[in-house]
Amino acid sequence: MITRILTDVALMSAIGGILALIMVIAQRWLSNYGEVSININGKRELKVTGGNTLLSTLSDQQIFIPSACGGRGSCGACKCKVESGGGPLLPTERPLLTKEEMASNVRLACQVKVKSDIHIHIPESIFNIRRFNSVVEEIIDYTYDIKGITFKLIEGQSIDFKAGQYVQLESQPYEKIKDKVIRAYSISSKPELKDRIQLIIRQVPDGICTTWVHKHVKVGDKVNFTGPYGDFYLRDTEADILFVAGGSGKAPIKSILEHLKEVGTERRMTYFFGARTRKDLYLSEEMQAFEKVFTQFEYVPVLSHPETEDNWTGKTGFVMPYFKDAIRDPKNTEAYLCGSPGMISAVTKSLKEYGIYEDKIYYDSFG
Amino acid sequence: MDISAFVLFWAAIFTSNILLTNFLGMCSYLSVSREIESSAGLGVAVIFVLTVTSALNWLVYNYILLPFDIVYLQYIVFIIVIAAFVQFLELLIERYAPALYYTLGIFLPLITVNCAIFGVSLFMIIRNYNFLQSIAFGAGSGIGWLLAIMMLAGIRRKLKEKMVPQGLQGAGISLIITGIMAMGFVGFSGIVQIQ
Repeated sequence: MITRILTDVALMSAIGGILALIMVIAQRWLSNYGEVSININGKRELKVTGGNTLLSTLSDQQIFIPSACGGRGSCGACKCKVESGGGPLLPTERPLLTKEEMASNVRLACQVKVKSDIHIHIPESIFNIRRFNSVVEEIIDYTYDIKGITFKLIEGQSIDFKAGQYVQLESQPYEKIKDKVIRAYSISSKPELKDRIQLIIRQVPDGICTTWVHKHVKVGDKVNFTGPYGDFYLRDTEADILFVAGGSGKAPIKSILEHLKEVGTERRMTYFFGARTRKDLYLSEEMQAFEKVFTQFEYVPVLSHPETEDNWTGKTGFVMPYFKDAIRDPKNTEAYLCGSPGMISAVTKSLKEYGIYEDKIYYDSFG
Repeated sequence: MDISAFVLFWAAIFTSNILLTNFLGMCSYLSVSREIESSAGLGVAVIFVLTVTSALNWLVYNYILLPFDIVYLQYIVFIIVIAAFVQFLELLIERYAPALYYTLGIFLPLITVNCAIFGVSLFMIIRNYNFLQSIAFGAGSGIGWLLAIMMLAGIRRKLKEKMVPQGLQGAGISLIITGIMAMGFVGFSGIVQIQ
């Protein structure tokens, strides 16, 4: 009986083992693309090992293409021009590319695999993106589910960014989460501070990175991030400004306002902040204090579901109806939005109805 | 079983269509049939995988499982063989036919869990087919599956412009259409019986 069990198990393992062996040999032999070269903007030439995605191959070479979703192909932030050697357009890329982009060889770096010599075009500003090492300096509880975390750069590093841009935080493995993940968060501190940044992070239920930040990160921990990324930053014009934020979307607006306080401005600004109840509001005094700093600034918190014990006398419901009074000249108004994808699309639709130009509406789309 | 391999091949396509008479491989049949192009791509991949895995599993069954008397492990062994072959095929296609690889996309790995593949391997054992018969049955079943999914994809394309009651949209109407097609195929069953 025992011999029977043993021989059967041995046979079964042998079958599995042989198949695995064939697979290992096949993998070695078939997926070995050898050394290939990446030509960037016709100026730089990198020698790399083929077989991985363009995004991860470049980040191994210390070139960081933005990627808000961490390479899952859902945000479209890692778009770059692949002039040759990228292979055909994949079904996973189509939904995120416009017809014009497809025609001009724009691809998603997280989907394109480097298998042969490849020729790409990326904006020069991407070379400014670096990897930073930092220690957690301070953790503030803004609300029951929103924390503000300050990271102090170490090894004498300093960061140059525009108010409104974001960084990508690398989480470390914890509990059952075995892998690092990379997630995008806007910087909430002013760009004048070059040796530290603050991020405002809301706990997402079951979110890998936000749970790590909320439950596992302590003051003194070492944390890495890359940046700065993004086209969401204050445009240097004289136009009126409409800020619209919800939840942790306060971060980039806070950075912009603190930056404006440093440089001074006469621009007319209105800041709508949407939250559910009074306990979701935070930094209210700081925001109201800006009304004294600037000549024409108004902070308008709007609660969608105020509770009776909140004794809320301010504005309620959605933020959209209140834009009417804030917009003086729609043709000369810029809008800066930060919040959930649902909020962004609803607010964008409403702003266009009020007559604000679509190309004057700025937001980050973190997938 | 002394049916010629040739008859078995045609029977597997029409009279005993793996999908329309045994209702195997329904999952990808329902989800992929939205587009004719991807249906065709998946169908071709299924034909190839079915033909080769039925041959491989026949060899494994007759030269390993039977002599060593471990027939009771056949389910596990068949599934491992199918999975390994699909994975191997994926590596091979990615390297030597990148265009085909990108056309098939996610459908290739999905074939691993297509129960039509496993079903064919089991049928050939239960019905005692010889090697040639097994290959013919595998290839025929694959072509039959391609035929069925292409028919449904064609009908679904027409359906896009038709008013389908809300509760029946999507999988509901597809299952009804499949049922009607299956009834049509019953008409062939008088020609030859293989089961």
